[in-house]
Amino acid sequence: MVAMFAAPFRATPFHPLMPALLSPLSSFDSVARLQVRDLTVDRGGRRVLDGLSLDVAAGEGLAVTGQNGTGKSTLLRVLAGLLKPTGGELTFVGADPERSIGAFSHYVGHLDAVKSQETVSETMAFWATWLGGAADIDAIEDALVPLELDHLIELPTAFLSAGQKRRLALSRLNVARRPIWLLDEPTSALDVASEGRFAAMMDAHLDAGGLIVAATHAPLGVSRLSAFPLTFGEG
Amino acid sequence: MRALAALFARDLRLAVKVGGGAPMGVLFFLVVVALMPFSIGPDLPLLARIGPAVLWIGALLATLLGLDRMFQADRDDGSLDVLLAGDQPLELVVLVKGLAHWVATSLPLVVAAPFMGLLLNMSGLAIGAVTATLLVGTPSLTLIGMIGAALTVSLRRGGVLIAILVLPLTVPTLVFGVGAVLGAVTDPAPFLSPFLVLCALTLVAFVVGPIAAAAALRQSQG
Repeated sequence: MVAMFAAPFRATPFHPLMPALLSPLSSFDSVARLQVRDLTVDRGGRRVLDGLSLDVAAGEGLAVTGQNGTGKSTLLRVLAGLLKPTGGELTFVGADPERSIGAFSHYVGHLDAVKSQETVSETMAFWATWLGGAADIDAIEDALVPLELDHLIELPTAFLSAGQKRRLALSRLNVARRPIWLLDEPTSALDVASEGRFAAMMDAHLDAGGLIVAATHAPLGVSRLSAFPLTFGEG
Repeated sequence: MRALAALFARDLRLAVKVGGGAPMGVLFFLVVVALMPFSIGPDLPLLARIGPAVLWIGALLATLLGLDRMFQADRDDGSLDVLLAGDQPLELVVLVKGLAHWVATSLPLVVAAPFMGLLLNMSGLAIGAVTATLLVGTPSLTLIGMIGAALTVSLRRGGVLIAILVLPLTVPTLVFGVGAVLGAVTDPAPFLSPFLVLCALTLVAFVVGPIAAAAALRQSQG
């Protein structure tokens, strides 16, 4: 609590009493496998996912496809720990069992989690600290480079276009290294060049031994993401 | 801890920026209390007698004003999902947001209370007592109000519903807050015992508020 009140209004790189947990360049604690068995989820009295099973190993990814309402976002929210499944089990092989799902996964939902009152750097500094990464200006700039937002670093986010906000949300993946990326329609509103840059980001993440589960309608341009079609009423 | 400190700083920063609710509560408080002498008339002893109650009611209503946006603003832009998906215990996340909300909206009100007391012809002793009780009591108003904010997070225009849900629960705080001030200014009545009960109510709110609000937020995800 003392450290909390001592925190000044600017974004601190890290509090002197607290060592930085992870630098952005350090490798992550790897998760060897993500296994889902017989997952069943009800929402609003309707069975959205019924007996779904999947298995993703480190260095692999899934592109979850399917019509609107087949449960793509629901699946991601369950994996992120935001929704409790009705039945089935979720196993993160090789992960520290003491820690929650949130400690080794990134969730980028269909909303961008960007406050219009803040600048790009303030937004990134907060999420970097929240996610356990380094929040100094260099680290933030490095995190913005892959999606080419670094030249807008001092701009208030209210002036960003929809695609730029999306890129800012996706840049969150770079501020703290985590093995599992859960992405809901990651490339919506992105232009072709940015889609290419984001595909390169995902490729690099898979190369480093990460896992990706992405819900998508558009092809993501990463060949290692195997398609995982969802249909109504089944897994 | 570092993450929670960052959340506290961010909420405070957003509250004082354009569109944040920080100045709204204290301005509402100033307006309500300043209008009171006009409506009651130039009866100075009466003003002095009801002054503590007026300040407490003003503080209570002002606290309720910004509550509806406490979690909703984060829900609307998707921040709440990332906050919930993190590995911080939700109870602490909620407590930190509540404390930031209190510092931004209620603390200015506590600071303004002595000046408002002068408008109501209150004695120095009464002003001191009302400021002390507001300082100790307003955190419980915010923390109890937080439960209502979490319950109505997915509702549009949930502000009125928050008031209906929360106001009955704040009655004990109001009773002992005003009771302690009356105890300080009238002779046979004690100050310390209602003041200590007020402290206890705030401590209970520190435990019950975050747990209940976190449970309500989890429920809202379902």
